[in-house]
Formats: sequence, structure tokens, C-alpha cells
Amino acid sequence: MLEILDYLSDNVLTINLWIITIYLGFEVISKVPTVLHTPLMSGSNAISGIVIIGAIILVRQSANDDYVSLVIGSVGIVLATINVVGGHAVTNRMLDMFKKKS
Amino acid sequence: MQYINLLYILSTVLLIIGLRRMSSPASAAKGNLIAAAGMGLATIVAMFDPIAGDQGNYAWIIVALAIGTVVGLVFSKKVAMTAIPELVSLFNGFGGACAVAISIIEVYKFGETSSIGARATTYMALFIGGVAFTGSLIAYGKLSGKVKDWKSGISSYFNLIWLALCLGLIIYEVVAMGQIEYLPMAILVVSLIYGFTFVLPIGGADMPVVISLLNAFTGIAAALAGIVYSNMVMLLGGILVGSSGTILTVLMCNAMNRSLINVIIGGFGSSAATA
Repeated sequence: MLEILDYLSDNVLTINLWIITIYLGFEVISKVPTVLHTPLMSGSNAISGIVIIGAIILVRQSANDDYVSLVIGSVGIVLATINVVGGHAVTNRMLDMFKKKS
Repeated sequence: MQYINLLYILSTVLLIIGLRRMSSPASAAKGNLIAAAGMGLATIVAMFDPIAGDQGNYAWIIVALAIGTVVGLVFSKKVAMTAIPELVSLFNGFGGACAVAISIIEVYKFGETSSIGARATTYMALFIGGVAFTGSLIAYGKLSGKVKDWKSGISSYFNLIWLALCLGLIIYEVVAMGQIEYLPMAILVVSLIYGFTFVLPIGGADMPVVISLLNAFTGIAAALAGIVYSNMVMLLGGILVGSSGTILTVLMCNAMNRSLINVIIGGFGSSAATA
């Protein structure tokens, strides 16, 4: 139990950031009209591909002959890149459709 | 190059502005591009950011980035307009899979000195990423008609017990400090199965809400992975998606006159409505 409290008090700044960003996320989205629900879901899905940075750091930190880490990390980069690039491209297509309609 | 990691701040700002612009019709397309610029900048910074224990391995990274870019572009160009929601679900599953991939590697790097908080964070990233991964694949299958609705009276009880099993294994592993070598793999498998059984009983008509929820899960997994690597842009971007995705899920439920609990546990009428 004490260990958990130690960990939390060592990371007060991170926890503060966490709380502020949760509120920021709520505020940024709260007034979105219904027609934008699907494009926004798609766009924020692309942003969740930010996990790619973790995969890049993992591969950079892997030893040159640690093929398990290198292969799994690279597969992670491929998958997250598909999420980021595909997500933004498909959101763009969806929003283009909105422009033509109006 | 020492100061390149300061550019992370700029990419965080771009992500926030992009998301804000995306939530109003006139500026949505521009918002998407701003967010994409933020992601691109963050990726470039991640490649040159001075980190401890840097081994290079740039060939691996660049090849992987190239493959992912080509596949992502081809997918997004080829898909029919009506099939976009299921493609989004598939993409979200890939993001979850990336969180799983990095956390399972990090889990095996833990030693005697690893703190209990670091362990708990990594295992939660593994669990939430795993649920987002298989859950999104099932949602993709349902929307594309490959997976039929299937519901049994016991599925909600089964899910509760299975969730307790997942969390119990994680707590045991975190507290026991890796006494059992194969337990991380068991946690991985149990989490993946939970994603599957969590989404399977939910009616096909509710899938957009579920995809939005799983998107929020991927964001949370990314944020937890951000703590593992003490990387602020991952942390902030992940939480931003996690919280805005949660609110978006609630808004989508409201638009359908449903409550989130109703969608997740009950699924009342959804199968009747689609039948």
C-alpha cells in the first residue's frame, strides 16, 4: 500500500496533467453537432494511433540482435501507422463528402 | 538535436487545436489536417528524440513506417463510403494491437527494481489495449456482416466473472513481482478473450457507439504506454482521445435515446430492431 502511495506522490505532476487533460477532452468535444459524430470518432481514432511513438521508442531501445523485440515492435509500428495514416485519410474523405452536400 | 524533444509541445498543441476544429462543421476538414500534422511532427520527433539506451535500428522503423503508410492509404482510398465505420473499427483495433505489442515486450523487461506503479501501468495498458484490439475486430466483423449477433442469457454474468479474472490475475502479477514466468502471456490471452466476449453480445445496431467506446479505450492504453515511456505527447494525446472519446460515446448514446449502460449490458431491443 505504501509503495502505491510512494509511486503516486513521485508522479504528482503527471497526475495533475492527467486530470487537466481529461477536462480539456470533455470541453473540446462537448458542443459537437450530431452530423459530426462519425467523422469525429474517426478523427480521434487516428489520434489514438499516437501509441506509435511508444513502438518507435521500443525499437530504438532494442538491442540490435534482439529480434523478438525488433519484430514485435516493428509490427506495432506498421499497425499504428495504418491507424494514423488510414484514419486521417478516411476522415478527410468523409469530411469532403460533407463539403459537397452543403 | 538535444532540444528536438521540445517540438513535442508543438505537436501536442496541434493535436488539441485539430480536435477542437474537428468538432464544428465549418472547420472540421482543416482540423483533421492540423491533427495529422501534429501526429506527423510527433512521429518525426520520436525518431530523433534523445532517449536513454538508443540503439538506432532506423532501418526497421523506416521500413515499418513505409509499409503502414502504404497499407493505410490503400485501405482508406479503396473503401466504399458506406463501409467507413467498419474500417474505422479495424484501424482502431490496429492501434490497440500496437499497445498490446509494446506492453508485452515491456512486461518482460521488468526486474527486481521495477516499481509497483510501473508494473500496474504496463499491465493495464496490456489489458485495455487487448480489449480494444479484439473488441474492435468483432465490431468490424459485425458491421461488415461477417459476425452474426449472438446473445445468451448468461453472457453478462460470464463477462463480469471474466473481467474479475482479468483484474485478479493482473493484481496478483503486479503484487507477486513476476514469480510465474508464463503469467504475463496468460494475462494477454485472458484480456484478448475479454474483448471478444465483451462485444459479441452487443447488437449490430449499437456498433457505432461501441467503436467510439473502444476508441476511447485505445486512447487510454496509449496514455498508459505514455507513462511507461514517460512521453508527454503520448500521455496527453492518449488522455485527450480517452476523455473526448468517452464524452462522444455518451453523446452518441443520447442521440439514439439510449444510455451507455443499456447498450453495454442490456442490448434491449437492439437485436429486435435490426431483425
